[in-house]
Parts: sequence; structure tokens; C-alpha cells
Amino acid sequence: MNKIVLGLVLGGILGILDGLTAWFTPAARSGIVGIVIGSTFKGIIAGVLIGVFARKVNSLSLGIIFGLAVGAFLAWIIAFMQHGYYFQIMLPGAMVGLIVGYATQKYGAPSQPQRA
Amino acid sequence: MKFLPDQVVARLQTEMQTPDLSGTRYRALKFLGRGGMGAVWLVEDAVLHRNVALKVLSAESSSADLAVRLMLEAIILARLEHPGIVPVHDAGTLPDGRSFYCMKYVEGQTLDQYIHRLGLRQRLQLIQRIAEPLAFAHSRGIIHRDLKPENIMVGAFGEVLIMDWGLAKVMAVSSVAAPARQVSGHGSTRAVQDSAQSGALAAENPTAHGTVFGTPGYMAPEQERGDVNLIDQRTDVFGLGSILQYIMRDKSGAPRGEALSRPLRAIGNKATAAEISARYSSVQELAADLGKYLDDMPVSAYRENLFERTVRLVNRNRVAVVLVLAYLLMRMLFILFSRK
Repeated sequence: MNKIVLGLVLGGILGILDGLTAWFTPAARSGIVGIVIGSTFKGIIAGVLIGVFARKVNSLSLGIIFGLAVGAFLAWIIAFMQHGYYFQIMLPGAMVGLIVGYATQKYGAPSQPQRA
Repeated sequence: MKFLPDQVVARLQTEMQTPDLSGTRYRALKFLGRGGMGAVWLVEDAVLHRNVALKVLSAESSSADLAVRLMLEAIILARLEHPGIVPVHDAGTLPDGRSFYCMKYVEGQTLDQYIHRLGLRQRLQLIQRIAEPLAFAHSRGIIHRDLKPENIMVGAFGEVLIMDWGLAKVMAVSSVAAPARQVSGHGSTRAVQDSAQSGALAAENPTAHGTVFGTPGYMAPEQERGDVNLIDQRTDVFGLGSILQYIMRDKSGAPRGEALSRPLRAIGNKATAAEISARYSSVQELAADLGKYLDDMPVSAYRENLFERTVRLVNRNRVAVVLVLAYLLMRMLFILFSRK
């Protein structure tokens, strides 16, 4: 699977799972659908960005750092809009970014060189 | 009657064995070792000012048949231009009538000397590297037939060279001659002919049906039986498999820890299967299976169960598994704390 598609799929799946865990927080249970949609959307955006980076930069360590940063940044935006829960939102978001960053570098197929 | 002292006899024997290099471009420097057909000397090439190895027929075994075989070895080596096969520079007859050929002098250690400093992973990678020149030789229709650790040299810079092609078989040329028998000792090859060998050796390939060539312990069953017609590249697969079995043992001969892993044992067993058809069809196939084993991929020689497959996948994706477990642990902790 190419790196962008892998990032998109993985970001989306982890985003859904990330959102679903809100069900265990009673206060957030009522808005679970919105949380899952938002989390999935965030995961997809993070996944695509990380996938594009992985395609341009072939480095496991840089991929992990970039994934961590993108995941944390997108989660920070969500937390900022929520006016709170920074730790609870940013830590899992950063972790998802890290996993996607690692996976795209490690398992994503490198882009084929173009023929002249 | 007065006997000569042992020291004098030994000195005379050495003098007898020393090749007569007068009038040639070579100057003897050091005796390196003895093989099945002759001795190998370190000599100086006076024209090119470099040290080379000279393989010369032994004085006592200098027969026409062996001279033909030595020349065949030189011709085979000359055909096999590959970084993993020692190159031949010159061949001919010395003033004392003995046949010789001159080859690159490889400074290094034989596999059995070199292997002890390596871990199992490096050893397996070494087997893969031995397979490369072998595959090349097979593609040229040449079967080595005497693969053993003593015939693999590892150079000073880690380069791997396959030596001693004296028993090699040229597949393209078939031969029919009277039955003969030739057996090799473990370590150095010795020839014992128990029946009169026909003088009519095939022009290029002097192997006769019923002839037993090789080294016990590394010899394929079809070699032991003298089934010359059955010998093909899978005979060398057996030899390489025997070397694989050898490197999987420690100095005491006991299997090394990781060597007890079932897939690796299965690879060794498939390569050294008594039935030719049960072996890998080529040395590349064997090397590919070793590569898969080293990459934690399923090998063709072993059908793993669900548990083994899971363990292998976890091993192969250790970091990813740890990351996902860390994520799940973090999520569980969040859930536990949010309930309090």
C-alpha cells in the first residue's frame, strides 16, 4: 500500500477507535457521534499529512517525530476548541500520530521512480 | 646397512615435492597445503611482481589422468569469472613435467576457521553469499561436488571465495567410461581407485559412471552411490545444506540455541534430503528461504501453526506491537481515571 493511502486508512481507523473511547467517559457519552466524526476526520487529515511527509522523506525517526508533532498539533486545536481536556485529548492524539508516522515509514510502499 | 635419519628423509621428501620452477616466471616462496591432486605453493610472479598461488600435481601422483583433471579444473575456473570464484592466471607444464595452474593467492581463513567469531545471523548470511558464486557456476553448467567448510575461503575483507574445483562436473558434456571408485577423506581429498579406470576419459569431463567423488559428511547420497547421471545442481544444494548444518553447531558439535528453531532445522533438512526431488531445486531457492528466515517471514520448508505464526508476526513487528499496546494501555488508564 502506498504511504499516503496507508496513512489515510490507518489515521481513519485509529481516529474512529480514538473517538469511540469517549463512550467510557459518561460526560462525553451524549455527544459520541460528533466526537467519533471529528476524531475520524482529524485522524484522516493527520494520516494524509504524515503519508505525504513519508513519501517525501525516507527516515523512520523523522517520520515518527513528524507524526507525533502533527497528531499533537491537531489534537491541540480540538482541545483549544473544547476549552479544556488538553492532556486527555493531546496525549492520545500525539500517540496516534506517532503510530501512523512509524507505520507509514516502516510498512508504506515507496513511490515508484517515474520513467522517462 | 645404515638408515638415513628421519630429518634427512623429510628434507629429501620436501625437496622432491618442490616444483621445478627453473626457466619459468615463478619463484617458490612457501608451501601452502596439499589437496587431492597436488600441492599448492605460494610463488612470486617475477614478471608482474606479485604473489600468486601455484597448484602443482604431486610428484608421486603425477599420472596422465590427474594431469587431465588438473587442467580441467583450470579450464573450469577460467570459465567461471565471478568475484566469488578464485581466478586462474596461467596453466601449463613445469620443466619437471608436472602440470600446474596459477591462481590468485587468497589471504584469509577457511570457513571452519572463520566461522567461530560470527553469530548465527552472520553465519546464515555467509551461506547466502556462498550461494551466489555457486548459482553462477550452475548457470554455466558446472557442479562443484566437493563443497565443505575447508573449501570456502573468507578473505581479509570478508570476501567469500569457493575453492578447489578439482572434482567439478561439467554438466553440458556427458561421459561414459568404465566404472572407477574415488573416495575423499574428511578435510583433504584423497583418491582411492578400486578398479582400473578406463584410459578413455571424456575429453572435458572425466567423471565416469560408478565413480564416487566428494567428502564423506558433505557428500550427497547420489555421490556416495556413484550415480553420476543423477548429479546436478541439487547435489551442490546438499553440499551447501551440509555446510548450513555445520555452521548451526557450536565448537563442541552441539546445535546452537537459535539453530534449534524449527524453520531453520527444516531448511537444513530440506537442503540435505536424501531424496533428490525433496531438496531445494537450486541454491538460490535455498538462499531465498534463508533470507526469509532472517526477515522473520514464513519459509517454504516449514509449515507453521497458528501460534508460531503469531509469535513470528509479533517478533517481526515488535515496535508496532509495543506502540499499539502502549496506546491501549494509555486509553485504559484514561478510562479508569475518568470513572473515579
